[in-house]
Amino acid sequence: MKKFSFLFASLFLLAACGPAAGGGASGGGNKVEGDTIKIGMNMELSGDVSAYGNAEKEGITLAVEEINEAGGVLGKKLELIEKDNKSENGEATSVAANLTAKDKVVAVVGPATSGATKATIPNMTKAAVPVITPSGTDDSITVVNDKVQEYIFRACFQDTFQGVILANFAQDNLKAKNVVIIGDNSSDYAIGLTKSFKDTFKGKIAKEETFTAGDKDFQAILTKIKDLDYDAIYIPGYYAEAGLIIKQAREMGIDKPILGADGFGDEKLVEIAGAKNVSEVYYTGHFSEKAPATDKVTPFVEAFKKKYDKQPSAFNALGYDSVYMLKQAMEDKDSADSKDITAGLASLKDFVGVTGKMTMDKDHNPEKSAVVLGLTEGKETSADAVNP
Amino acid sequence: MEVVIQQLVNGLFLGSIYALLALGYTMVYGIIKLINFAHGEIYMLGGFMGYFFINKLSLGFFPALILSMAGAAVIGVVIEFLAYRPLRKSTRIAALITAIGVSFLLQNGMIYWLGPEKKSFPQAIEFKNYQLGFIQISNIQVLILIISIVLMIALQLIVKKTKMGKAMRAVSVDADAAQLMGINVNRTISFTFALGSALAAAAGMLIGLYYNSIDPMMGVVPGLKSFVAAVLGGIGIIPGAALGGFVIGLLETITIALGFSDYKDAVVYALLIIILLIRPAGILGKNIKEKV
Repeated sequence: MKKFSFLFASLFLLAACGPAAGGGASGGGNKVEGDTIKIGMNMELSGDVSAYGNAEKEGITLAVEEINEAGGVLGKKLELIEKDNKSENGEATSVAANLTAKDKVVAVVGPATSGATKATIPNMTKAAVPVITPSGTDDSITVVNDKVQEYIFRACFQDTFQGVILANFAQDNLKAKNVVIIGDNSSDYAIGLTKSFKDTFKGKIAKEETFTAGDKDFQAILTKIKDLDYDAIYIPGYYAEAGLIIKQAREMGIDKPILGADGFGDEKLVEIAGAKNVSEVYYTGHFSEKAPATDKVTPFVEAFKKKYDKQPSAFNALGYDSVYMLKQAMEDKDSADSKDITAGLASLKDFVGVTGKMTMDKDHNPEKSAVVLGLTEGKETSADAVNP
Repeated sequence: MEVVIQQLVNGLFLGSIYALLALGYTMVYGIIKLINFAHGEIYMLGGFMGYFFINKLSLGFFPALILSMAGAAVIGVVIEFLAYRPLRKSTRIAALITAIGVSFLLQNGMIYWLGPEKKSFPQAIEFKNYQLGFIQISNIQVLILIISIVLMIALQLIVKKTKMGKAMRAVSVDADAAQLMGINVNRTISFTFALGSALAAAAGMLIGLYYNSIDPMMGVVPGLKSFVAAVLGGIGIIPGAALGGFVIGLLETITIALGFSDYKDAVVYALLIIILLIRPAGILGKNIKEKV
């Protein structure tokens, strides 16, 4: 009996691998069949981070509708095949396999988060179908061990890139010469941000202090830096600790500008710090209506409001851009086969999206401007587009 | 020099919170030789009760403080009754494991009920900063210190001057003999849990007010550290727990001030190991020879 079940299992496995492997053998990737171009969507529509997935789905759906209304791509309509990965890495992997092998999509958008995106890499690479993650910012998604992942692209900037943007912002917009860094020492995200900031910033790092996620008391660190000579504080970390640092710093009378990355981008930051303490606080965001990165923003915002009756968020905008990036790649190569889309994405140049004008670099990360949002008393009061 | 003194002041405030928590550990251990690992979770529950009393019932800080201390006292007694009393005659390890179980139950129950994310504690007291010479102190820090010291003195008075306190001391020396002398041992133990839990809830609310953020896992690290504080001062000795709390707070602050913030937890546990090696009974503990 045991032998039989083993036999069945291996047969089943073979059957599951079959189509994908076959696709790989016949020159790689899926080709357009029929009169539509099939695009897959692998999104977190339920589960822990479904807020991101559903927001991106809205942007993606809007983009597909717009493109189809305008006549499609290369004379064919886009057909979106939506699948829910339930915010689980394992589920994302099987969704990727399903989309490429069963539905024969030529490209996939999503997942939204870094972990789930990384989990789909083996399947996507095996099937030779390109994937764009709208919002996976982890550096190691597109480059693993110095090797670029051939079929993996993203529409957002990567973590270390934010450090570069913030260093430039500190120098050019805040005119900072000396900066204090208070960094989270327990996450790859924050360590990457710290490193890229230090590599780019031309001024002096007056002091570098570290904390670990979950810390609550920053009085000792802040007492140390209080009387130093510096122009801004850079806090690579998430909103939970950053909120506490902002609160304790402002209450201690430290009124220097505070800089952070997209980990600040949650309303909890203001709640924890207390609205009156959140002034002169700046962080990088992917999209803002206040600082339209390109002239596509206004029509996008209008179309979005008309369809969903609300203001678009950064995740809406990133989902929307991902689809248009695919369109551009297909048009550039005059083909909608997976292989050509992959080549088109890799050589994407001066693509004008709503989150910025992008050119794909050799590591499959878009080079684009970022928006630095400024908060005064907890409210967004400024937005500057900063170029790398 | 000024920075050094400011850092010592910072350490003092941090220490007073650990001290409040350590008192609960030390009393429970002193009376039934149980390390109540669910104590950090009572502290967390105290923070959440304060959050609801202030937000939902729109009470002021002090009425909310008294209510949540009372609420935590009841919870402490219930936990003792349901989880520890049935095991009182079993091995000590069984009770310890139950305590760990209760602690996980409370954490995960709160996560299930309210979600894991941080909540911002209502700022019931307007923040003010005072400048005393070169030292900067906020009204909330002063409040923490005063409430801690008042509660510690009150506790000392209860233990030393009241009939219940006398009963507690008697039970801690010999529960069976105390029973023979007409002391209701169960009631005394319940009372001890109520006292310790009320202090933990006060600490939880003060921390909520101070940091403006509470979450279901907030009790884990302070719980462990105040346990270390209790052992450091001499577990079972009330002034020892207070002293241990202040020592740990100062030690942590000094470690960060010297630039070793990544090692601050390690330093605390290293100190525990050293104390256990050179003075196993703790700073204020006496080595009592057990009669065989």
